[in-house]
Amino acid sequence: MGLGAYVAVSAALFALGIICILVRRNVLYVLMGIEMILNAANINFVAFNRFGDNGLDGRMFAIFTIILAAAEAAVALAIVLNVFHLFNSVKPSEADLLRE
Amino acid sequence: MAFLLTQELPVEHGGFGGFEYALLLAVPLIPLLGYALQMSLRKKLPWGDKLLTLGMGVSMAITVFMAFKAIAASHHEGFQFFHESARAGHGWSFKWLYHALDWDAAKNISVGILYDPLGAVMLAVVGIVAFCVHLFSQGYMHGDKRYNIFFANISLFSFAMLGLVLSDNILFFFIFWELMGFMSYSLIGHFSHDPDNPYFHRWASWASKKAFMTTRVGDVLLLIGILMFFGWTDPELGRSCASFRFTDLWAFSQEAVQAHQAAGGVGFPTWMTVAGLFTFGGTVGKSAQFPLHIWLPDAMAGPTPVSAMIHAATMVAAGVFLLGRMFPMFSPEVLIVVTAVGATTALFAATIGMTAWDLKAVLAWSTISQLGFMVAAVGLGGVTAGMFHMTTHAFFKACLFLSAGAVIHACHHEQDMRKMGGLRKRLPITFACMLICTLAIAGVPFFSGFYSKDMILLSGWAAILEPDGFTGWSVYATAALSLAAILTAFYMFRMVFLTFFGTYKGEIVEGHHGHGHDDHGDHGHDDHHHEIVHAEDGGVAHGHGGPMPKEVGWQMATALVILAFLGFFAGDFPSLGWFNIYHPHPWFESLATLESLYPNVSGWMVERFEVSEHVEHMAHARAFWGSVLVIAPAGILAAWFLYMRRKDLPAKITGALGIVYETVANRYYIDEFVKAAVIAPTFALAKLLKLIDEKIVDGFVLLVGAVNRLLGGFMAAFDRVVVDGIVNAVGLVSQTFGAVSRLLQTGRVQQYAAFAFGGGLLAAAWLILS
Repeated sequence: MGLGAYVAVSAALFALGIICILVRRNVLYVLMGIEMILNAANINFVAFNRFGDNGLDGRMFAIFTIILAAAEAAVALAIVLNVFHLFNSVKPSEADLLRE
Repeated sequence: MAFLLTQELPVEHGGFGGFEYALLLAVPLIPLLGYALQMSLRKKLPWGDKLLTLGMGVSMAITVFMAFKAIAASHHEGFQFFHESARAGHGWSFKWLYHALDWDAAKNISVGILYDPLGAVMLAVVGIVAFCVHLFSQGYMHGDKRYNIFFANISLFSFAMLGLVLSDNILFFFIFWELMGFMSYSLIGHFSHDPDNPYFHRWASWASKKAFMTTRVGDVLLLIGILMFFGWTDPELGRSCASFRFTDLWAFSQEAVQAHQAAGGVGFPTWMTVAGLFTFGGTVGKSAQFPLHIWLPDAMAGPTPVSAMIHAATMVAAGVFLLGRMFPMFSPEVLIVVTAVGATTALFAATIGMTAWDLKAVLAWSTISQLGFMVAAVGLGGVTAGMFHMTTHAFFKACLFLSAGAVIHACHHEQDMRKMGGLRKRLPITFACMLICTLAIAGVPFFSGFYSKDMILLSGWAAILEPDGFTGWSVYATAALSLAAILTAFYMFRMVFLTFFGTYKGEIVEGHHGHGHDDHGDHGHDDHHHEIVHAEDGGVAHGHGGPMPKEVGWQMATALVILAFLGFFAGDFPSLGWFNIYHPHPWFESLATLESLYPNVSGWMVERFEVSEHVEHMAHARAFWGSVLVIAPAGILAAWFLYMRRKDLPAKITGALGIVYETVANRYYIDEFVKAAVIAPTFALAKLLKLIDEKIVDGFVLLVGAVNRLLGGFMAAFDRVVVDGIVNAVGLVSQTFGAVSRLLQTGRVQQYAAFAFGGGLLAAAWLILS
């Protein structure tokens, strides 16, 4: 299997994440979409590390991204909870105060 | 020239060094500092009155010290002590206009001190009188609402006169002269601010304006005279004096006259006569000579200490002092005018003085009369006599005015002599002081006024007896002055008899302390300003009953005693030869001679005015026996007979005189004449100008306004249509754009994310494809 296969998987995952963010009605799915995008990036990191001669840089970045994703998930869930308190809903289409 | 102390003359000659210069400079600066302190701190200055009096006392001490030093020096070393500081290197000078005119820059304007015999004596006189007035005012003005400002003002007044006396140039002389005019204005009007004050006069503000504007006429004439002497190109010399300094002016006059006579002319150049007449105009205004005398009798609306100041040492003395300073520049024609004006003033003011019932009015008219004596003396060539009388008069007139103030103070603001009487037992100190000074002004031997008045009459007789000097004017002047001297003795003793002898005719109300002023509102002075000296109305109806008059406080008494002492001794100091009264040698005569007064032109002055010994001898005999045998006795006896023995006679005499008495008592209707001839036309002109202003100027202004309105309407329409239209269009565009772009703002996070992603995609596509 060459680099192209890895990148194809990563691109598909990324596309799915974007679609998930843009179209899902539940904010939790939106968060999942973000996770998918992050993981698509991780696949790219690892794949390019495997096929390149960059030492362990890519893998380090992947681990770093995983940690970042964990932190992001914590913050994002807190935001979600607050949004739920404020709007009594988890639909992003209803939390439209940014318009103001 | 030999007498003039120049830079070469060494200081160790007991002369005039930096120390003396600093002392003299301090004399006017101390009262100025006092004024500044008092005016800036007002009531916050503790002991302000005492502080200012103390300052004036220090000034007085310096002036007296310097005068004695100068007199002693003049006895030992000639007149070397006296000098001009500007020449000795202590003064300063600056250039003015030297670019525009090719004048000798060094001769332009310099400022310095001229300390000559006349200045020395005058400075001491001003210092002493000013100090006494300060002292007296502490008692007299006690409780006044503007007490502090009063003290500040009299300090500045003293400063102005001290500065005037010290000036070595006519320009600074004039500046101080003007300052004095202003200060007399503000001091005469002192009581016009406080209607609750018992001394409040409704016409005080009016009188102050009258004094200011009347003297202003003289001031303008003086300024013209000064500028003529400064800048007029002499036709023979082909240059102008171009200096304000007195010594330069004297020297220039001598040169001009000698050049004129060398070219075949007689007497003085015409321009000098004209300039001299203008200069004399200043004296006429300031020294209250006919016809500008009208301000002085009204000036007594001011506080009595101020009257003492104005009448004795400051205001009116400045005019006579000016004559002393400018004497060498006066041509014979000018001196005739000076003589005529002075003699006329002396006589006619004395006649009015006889009819006055107001205590202060008698003194005011007597001042005018005595000033006439001084002016006439200068005109007759007796400049020493005139200046001597100014000195002695300053002391006894200041004392008389302050005594009058004490009497008025004691009589509860009563000024009408008919409501006084018998006060000699109640006010013994005041009575003694007033009597001494009355004897002095009447010209009784051994009293100061005798010496000076005798010297003036001597000048008159000398002018008559001089072989080539006889003119009708000197006869007229001598006759008028002799008669005026008799009248002086008469009206002064009339005043003393009415005030201090007989019985007290004022209302005595025991336990009445307040000065309730409500009952004064109906005295109606608003339209009858002249009542102040009208014989009929009895002048100021300000008196009201009160407890029996009692003696004044210690400050007032001290001031009176000092001045009375000088009023007695200022003529001649007691010495071994004192009782040889026929041959008096007053100190002033040997101090202020033509040589010492005008050192740089002394030869010329002596040639013009020196009286031969023979003539002086004859003139002295006439003047002396006239004074001793006729003048004082006649006046005093007449007053005694009319006001002590036959008290019914005065009314009969005035009744018999009828219209003559009326005319005199109404001041010869000069005020009415001035009102009709000057004031009324001025008001008429003002009304005419007002009419022009209202009709023509206002019409033009209104026209301009209408045009402006029209233009304004056009501009407004333009503004509304064009400018507003542009602004609205811009607004509309913004609104529309905002409404459209607003549609994008849905507030939905996913939409925003779609935009962001789409934008990123587009950017990536563009990067890849390009």
